[in-house]
Amino acid sequence: MSINNRLDPRRNPVDRTAISVAFTVGLYGAAFGAAGVTAGFSVLQTCLLSLLLFSGASQFAVVGIMGAGGAAISAIATATLLGFRNALYGLQMAPILKVTGIKRVLSAQITIDESTAVATLQNTDADRKRGFYITGIGVYVFWNLFTFLGALGASAIGNPSVWGLDAAVPAAFCGLVWPRLKNKTQFIVSALAISWALILTPLAPAGVPIITTVLLAVIFGWKK
Amino acid sequence: MTPIWIAVLGASTTAFLNKFIGHSVPERWLNKPRFMRINTLVPIVLLSALVGVQTFAHKKELVIDQRVAGVGVALVLLKFKAPFPVVVIGAAITSAAIYNWF
Repeated sequence: MSINNRLDPRRNPVDRTAISVAFTVGLYGAAFGAAGVTAGFSVLQTCLLSLLLFSGASQFAVVGIMGAGGAAISAIATATLLGFRNALYGLQMAPILKVTGIKRVLSAQITIDESTAVATLQNTDADRKRGFYITGIGVYVFWNLFTFLGALGASAIGNPSVWGLDAAVPAAFCGLVWPRLKNKTQFIVSALAISWALILTPLAPAGVPIITTVLLAVIFGWKK
Repeated sequence: MTPIWIAVLGASTTAFLNKFIGHSVPERWLNKPRFMRINTLVPIVLLSALVGVQTFAHKKELVIDQRVAGVGVALVLLKFKAPFPVVVIGAAITSAAIYNWF
């Protein structure tokens, strides 16, 4: 079989899944690009977050908190805690990928929700590896491309409210949290976190109402 | 360096460290039941708090404006399993319609 046949998504179900996930997720990059510029980040700063940070929820958190006037340390702390799940994905992927040196650095950078999810859906280590890399690299390419387009688009817009961008950001957060709410306790914890953050908003500096909700995660996660 | 630059470079550094640590430490270091339970809840509380603040906060005040309608539509769309771009665009169109026409 030639290389071309192996890369043809119609012939390989792993590739088909990986490429369709990469493209769909990449499209959300436009929402992030727009959110970054709306929050007062330059096109360059917005694109650097996609190139360097490369983890959607953390990126939205950074622009959300800075845009609301939060301190850099709040944005960094929130993004770091949100990104910790990627460390757990790395634990899962390391024994399958078995890479060292620069390959490990590059594999680490594309260790995100989507690449790990596609990998864990496969039945053999060869397919897991293939799924991980095609999804990871594919999301990286499309996410960055669409971030740039979204950022350019938003910089052409004067008042973000006119285009509904002010509601697009919280809607994006809804879309990120919704699939994680799988049982009653998680819904309750979610509702408590929203209430806590709103009560603290008039009282504490921006960013603090968000990062302090981690206490709720510790309290509710402590006991089974 | 402006606060935004500090946030961009700082958060990018810790994000990479998170990813790289996972590939480099023995599994038993992180794979502890209590820790895993808390870690499942961390994205839920942080993202929920962000939903709340981004929907209702205007600087340090809580307000009800067009964003609430947009987020309401987003929740309905999520309930009906709409894909992410539809959710975001649905919220934007709703919010923009209210902002521009009322």
